[in-house]
This record gives sequence, C-alpha cells and structure tokens, in this order.
Amino acid sequence: MRDISLHVLDIVENSVKAKARLVSVSFSKEGNALTIVVDDDGCGMSKEMLENVKSPFTTSRTTRKVGMGIPLLTENAQLTGGDVKIESEIGRGTTLTALFYTDHIDCLPLGDLAATVQSLIIANPESPDFDFTAHSERGDGEIDTRQIRALVDPLPLSEPDIISWIGSAANEELVSILGGTNNENFSGT
Amino acid sequence: MKTLAELEAIRQKTLDRVGLRVDKDGARIVVGMATCGIAAGARPVLLSFVEEVKKQGAENVTVSQTGCVGMCRLEPMVDVYVPGKEKVTYVKMKPDMVERIVKEHIIGGNPVYEYTIGAAEQSK
Repeated sequence: MRDISLHVLDIVENSVKAKARLVSVSFSKEGNALTIVVDDDGCGMSKEMLENVKSPFTTSRTTRKVGMGIPLLTENAQLTGGDVKIESEIGRGTTLTALFYTDHIDCLPLGDLAATVQSLIIANPESPDFDFTAHSERGDGEIDTRQIRALVDPLPLSEPDIISWIGSAANEELVSILGGTNNENFSGT
Repeated sequence: MKTLAELEAIRQKTLDRVGLRVDKDGARIVVGMATCGIAAGARPVLLSFVEEVKKQGAENVTVSQTGCVGMCRLEPMVDVYVPGKEKVTYVKMKPDMVERIVKEHIIGGNPVYEYTIGAAEQSK
C-alpha cells in the first residue's frame, strides 16, 4: 500500500465483510503519534482466528489461502516504531488499533483520506454506517453517515452530488485536522 | 459538519431532477476492492467511474464493489454488466481508461475490447 488512507480502506473492508452495521474509524494525532482505531459491531473472530490473524497465511476468504491486509498494515506500522493491536469477540465485533509515528522516515504519507471515505460509501451505500472522526491539536472533525443518511433521505448516499459533498466535507472535517494530500478525483474543497 | 445546509440543497435539487428511481434494471459496474485491488489502484478507478457516469449523464448506472476473484496479477479489475448482455471483465484498469468504457460500452453498448481480460490474456 502506498499510503495510510489505502490501508484504512482495506482494513475497513474487513469490517464490511464481517457484516458490521456500524464501523467507527477514529484518527487521533498527539504530537508525532497517529493512532487509528477501527471499531466494528460485526461478527467478530474466534480466539484461534485472532491469534493467527497477523499471519499472511490466514484469511476468511475461500478463493485463495493468503490474506495480506493486516500483515501489510502491521509491517508498515512497526517500521515507524508503532504497532497494530486487535481485539475481537464473536458476536460483539472487532477493534483494531494501529499506531504510526509520523516523524519516522519510514512512515507512509496519510494519503487521500477523502477518497477512502468516498470509496467506502460508494461501495457500501446502504450498510454499514460509518462514523469517521479526527482529533489533533488543530481541533476535531466528524463525518457520520447516519446523520447524512437522515438528511438526504430518501436518496441513496451513492448519489454523485452527495458523494462530491462527502468528499469536500471529509477534506474539511478530517484531512484539515490531520494534514494530508487533497482529494485525488473530485475537486472537492 | 458546518455545510449541512448545502447538503439539504443538494437533496432537493437531486430529487427534483431524478425523482426516485425504481427501475433497478440498469448497467452495473463492479470494481474489485480486496487488498490486491486496492494496492494495485482500484480506489481512483472506482471514483473515476462515479465521476465519469455523472459527467456523461449515463442514467440508471450503479457502481459497486466485489472482493478478490483470485487473479490478483490482473488487478485492478472491473466487471461491467449490461442487462441482456454477457458480463465483460476489464483488467489492469487505470483512471484514464474509464472515460472510453463509459462512453463506448455503458452508453454505446460496445465493449472496449483492447481493455478486456480476453485481450490481455491473448497478448501474453
């Protein structure tokens, strides 16, 4: 993965596949420590699966025997001196916490977080709901699809004009708080 | 979120324009979004499709995602389903290929053969 926002897209897809109804993704920057927490109410994992989940030879998929998402994220977090921690319980959901030290020379750039938010919503317009939050010394921001969904009802969130709006809102609410590149496709801001 | 009023305006405008589409029988564009697809560049391809469908005014098109189909070396992969026609699979997609696919295939009904998995496998 070329940047952190692509890792987030990839990891949140795990929550989608776990049939989560709500996925909360929080970014919190304290000094040079960037903590990303992906918390879902999906099906959760067994103890056995949880113990092996950081191995690239563990996957729930049936088309192939490898799963690279969590191992790649773990490697990139550890390269900066950080790590990835996963807690999970069957029936309750999974919480993944990734810590990056952004001043480390091997730390990936944040990347286009707005594009990740847009992609997740385009790909999953009905369920789950996503609650993205950002926190740093610059302030706090939030994009909550439950709130947006209620406001645009009965339109689907995948409506192109709504997706554009979500892109600009994500730049304003999340990217400006965390720092990062601009949206790659929608000239949002 | 401070621009929520803007969102309400978008809602009203969109409702006036499209009403509520009940016809589910339109074209479907399905982008592979597993780890392999994302690492190979599926995200800008997905967003380009949404942008291009809007720009060219293609009606009743849905853009969605699928997982890994086991051909990771050909990612990013995109399946296009046009009702009544066979599925067409595009491989090694880049955002600059999207405009032609929407114009010639989704709107015009003629798949862009040189981007398909058939063409990619033949040239090996």
